[in-house]
Amino acid sequence: MIGFPILSLMLLVPLVGAVISLVSDRKTARLVALAATLVDFVLGVLLWTHYDIGGAQWQFREHAAVFAGFDWKLGIDGIALMLIVLTVFLMPVCIGASWNSIEKRAGEYYAAFLFMETLMIGVFAAQDLFLFYIMFEAGLIPMYLIIGIWGGANRIYASYKFFLYTLLGSVLMLIAMFWMANAAGTTDIPTLMEYDFPPQAQTWLFLAFFASFAVKMPMWPVHTWLPDAHVQAPTAGSVILAGVLLKMGGYGFIRFSLPMFPIASAHFAPMVWGLSIAAVVITSLIALVQNDMKKLIAYSSVAHMAIVTVGLFAFNRQGLEGSMVVMLSHGIVSGALFLAVGVIYDRLHTREIVRYGGLAINMPYYALFFLLFTMASIGLPGTSGFVGEFLSLLGIYKESSLIALVATTGIILGAAYMLYLYRRVVFGDQKNADAAAMPDLDFREWAMMVPLAAAVLWMGVYPESFIAPMRKDIGTLEARVAIARPKGDADVKFGGKTPAAVAATLGSAQLKGAK
Amino acid sequence: MDFLHSLFAVSAEDLLSTSVLVLLLVAAWGGDKASRAISIVAFAVLVGAAALAVPALTAGAGGAATSAFGGHIKLDAFAAFAKLLIYVGSGVTLIVAPAYFDRFKAMRAEFPLLILLAALGMGIMVSANDLLTLYIGLELNSLAAYVLAAILRADGRSAEAGLKYFVLGSLASGILLYGISLTYGFTGTTSFDGIRVALGSGALSIGATFGLVFVLAGLAFKISAAPFHMWTPDVYEGAPAPVTTFFATAPKVAALALLMRVSLDAFGGQPGAWQQIVIFASLLSIVIGALGAIGQDNIKRLLAYSSINNVGFMLIGLAAGTAAGASAMLVYLAIYVVSSVAAFVVVLALRDEAGNAIESIAQLGGLSRTRPWLAAALAVVMFSLAGIPPLFGFWGKFLVFQAAVQAHLVVLAALGIAASVIGAFYYLKVVKVLYFDDATDAVQGREELANRALLLGSSLFLSPLGYLLTPWLGNLAGSAAAALFHFA
Repeated sequence: MIGFPILSLMLLVPLVGAVISLVSDRKTARLVALAATLVDFVLGVLLWTHYDIGGAQWQFREHAAVFAGFDWKLGIDGIALMLIVLTVFLMPVCIGASWNSIEKRAGEYYAAFLFMETLMIGVFAAQDLFLFYIMFEAGLIPMYLIIGIWGGANRIYASYKFFLYTLLGSVLMLIAMFWMANAAGTTDIPTLMEYDFPPQAQTWLFLAFFASFAVKMPMWPVHTWLPDAHVQAPTAGSVILAGVLLKMGGYGFIRFSLPMFPIASAHFAPMVWGLSIAAVVITSLIALVQNDMKKLIAYSSVAHMAIVTVGLFAFNRQGLEGSMVVMLSHGIVSGALFLAVGVIYDRLHTREIVRYGGLAINMPYYALFFLLFTMASIGLPGTSGFVGEFLSLLGIYKESSLIALVATTGIILGAAYMLYLYRRVVFGDQKNADAAAMPDLDFREWAMMVPLAAAVLWMGVYPESFIAPMRKDIGTLEARVAIARPKGDADVKFGGKTPAAVAATLGSAQLKGAK
Repeated sequence: MDFLHSLFAVSAEDLLSTSVLVLLLVAAWGGDKASRAISIVAFAVLVGAAALAVPALTAGAGGAATSAFGGHIKLDAFAAFAKLLIYVGSGVTLIVAPAYFDRFKAMRAEFPLLILLAALGMGIMVSANDLLTLYIGLELNSLAAYVLAAILRADGRSAEAGLKYFVLGSLASGILLYGISLTYGFTGTTSFDGIRVALGSGALSIGATFGLVFVLAGLAFKISAAPFHMWTPDVYEGAPAPVTTFFATAPKVAALALLMRVSLDAFGGQPGAWQQIVIFASLLSIVIGALGAIGQDNIKRLLAYSSINNVGFMLIGLAAGTAAGASAMLVYLAIYVVSSVAAFVVVLALRDEAGNAIESIAQLGGLSRTRPWLAAALAVVMFSLAGIPPLFGFWGKFLVFQAAVQAHLVVLAALGIAASVIGAFYYLKVVKVLYFDDATDAVQGREELANRALLLGSSLFLSPLGYLLTPWLGNLAGSAAAALFHFA
């Protein structure tokens, strides 16, 4: 389906915007940035509405052999589509969040964000192995600058840690990609997804990719860069980090690890489960004792992404679909939570929980939105959080009831730390005069909160809109990994007999006894 | 007739040598006043020599009449590719030098002549097809380079750099010559083709092995690969900035090209004998280059360690021992030359109010606010040298690692790329100083128009736009590398 190159256009719009804002002053730059992200959002919506659900697996394909060694090859399936829609949805919100709070070097700031947008869409749309790598890695530079220039007090340490951690994680992936391109004779991702690598090689390839995606995701114990990066990054940086960058790890698993190395994935699934449940419990407990709001939400992100990994490595439809929904939901909810923190940070310039309290009195609308996002983070039915977590946990339950049991404690612990946070910030007495004097949401903040809240409810009430485009692709993936699916404890064991056969033998034994 | 034919074949060298002799007379009569005019003529000569070298570029492996002077000189696509890079490096030096030396009132008429002589020597190095031709070219280049390092006679650091370079360089030449004599003794010939035939592909005699090791050690010194790298930071720091620009580009290309031809052609039948040496030197250079740079505050020393580090990456391409590896190395070299040019043009622009050079990295604090475009250019160079996509520096690393994996050197590739993360740390440090630190307002100087144009051109080349050149660059390098494997 080679038609209008809408994906290239979506990459080009923010890029042009970035170049313009680089040479503009603050007021022009933010207008340009807003316009560019809104145009991309409209294009994203067009992409969604023109996507042929149940049609060809890869749509909007583009191909131009302009480089040596790799090709400019774009195309999306339903999974990539949803993540692109998430990206273009969050970007205008990020620009809005930076509207007043960024005063120094605004042109460069908006340029960095627009570059980020190009690269993020590029990651999800790339259909060439090395094009993917370039987009994946290139995101480090603008994010490094965003954290380092516009970040908080300890920004330099955080920016180094972010850069070097993620770089070290992903360089080995490049070597693995060379090996794969060499063995399969192609760099085309759809072809590679159907290519059967030798099982011995899959182990190494899986580990190389795992190193990269586990850091990006981030999985325990390589998550430590995330709280630092989140705390130091400006609000919009945190939104984009939690909302989209972390999803690149999950996307990597679903696009590369699972379909390309199914045997190794099954082999390492217990390791992934172990790390994930460790993350759920440990990081949730850590979140419980945080004094810094952003750090708390950052740790909660690690716990939520762990639910994604258990779901992905459940090797069944519920798990895979659930993981995708958790990713989409977490993208919106964590973005919204960071935004909610940003709203009060802009007023009081502190993220210390104890400095707030009783905001429900002077900021009732703020309290309402914050409550909605808190509930969505906990996974209350009716919000987006519930759908994905339920499916993921159901998926893993079919594989291992023990893992499911431990992973589900994440919901309880999640409720604990989120409600505790909410109580301390929003309820209680107005013990700080300056916090009590804060005005409620202004128009700009309303404009950011309402779309996020609407998306949370939409996904919670009618998730079908989001799952439908992905259904066929998840099915393809499920069929692909089925050959390697480890036998779960929900499968009937007893020598491979079906329940009916078991009943029949029992019945005949009873008959014999009766004689 | 054959001699005439040969003379005609080496037209680029003819042009360079006759012009040097004529300009030498001009310099003798005109004195330092004529230095500006001599520079311009010298630049034109380099352009002419480059134009004469171009036709051989596309000759490939089977190019006609590539041999001259009874097989002592080989004018193939490989030599042409290396020569073009050498002339680019030399030409850039001629452009940036006058303004720099004028500030010290030290622009001497010898300077452009020495550059031309060095370029001539390097041209001979990369076309050498015989160990003795190689040595003559190398010495012609080295002697010119020793003088260049010490050209600021009144400056203690410059004199020190020249002396260090001379003493250590002579030692390396001695080692190389010793290796050449051993190789000659055990093969009975100095011709590359003869050596390849004499060594065969069977077991290597002890004497020939020694010869090979000494030749490689001598060449490793010239490319400043660890463990023969010690002179590099001192010479880079001490030599005047335009001379350092020169050292970082042209001689590096020449020595690496020479190493490639010696390893892949003369010793091409015995890859097992030199591969482990190259792998060792490569990993050691990457690690030493990266670790050594971390503690540096002087930007020229930092770039010296960065060059050691980059040579290590290029050697990975050589270690692969394949045409793909050689081609990757050539592309890497081309990108590296442009990165070095950009880096040193920035270094040249770093001056305080009095026009004194600023070399301390700490004094570059907040340069992005006072001089945004200069800082952006340096940041592009740093990220590019670190090999972070989408900057073009990534492409060189991409190709060498790909070649290594294709040659089944997966472990080498994995170790090398993991070590590149250490290198990323100090490149980030520079960017941090430029962008995150508070402004110091130390840098005041304005760069000259020519330097700006150079900086703009090289930054655009290193930007993602560079990828559009990959098919073209890949073809040229592929054709050049194929010429090295003519015997296969």
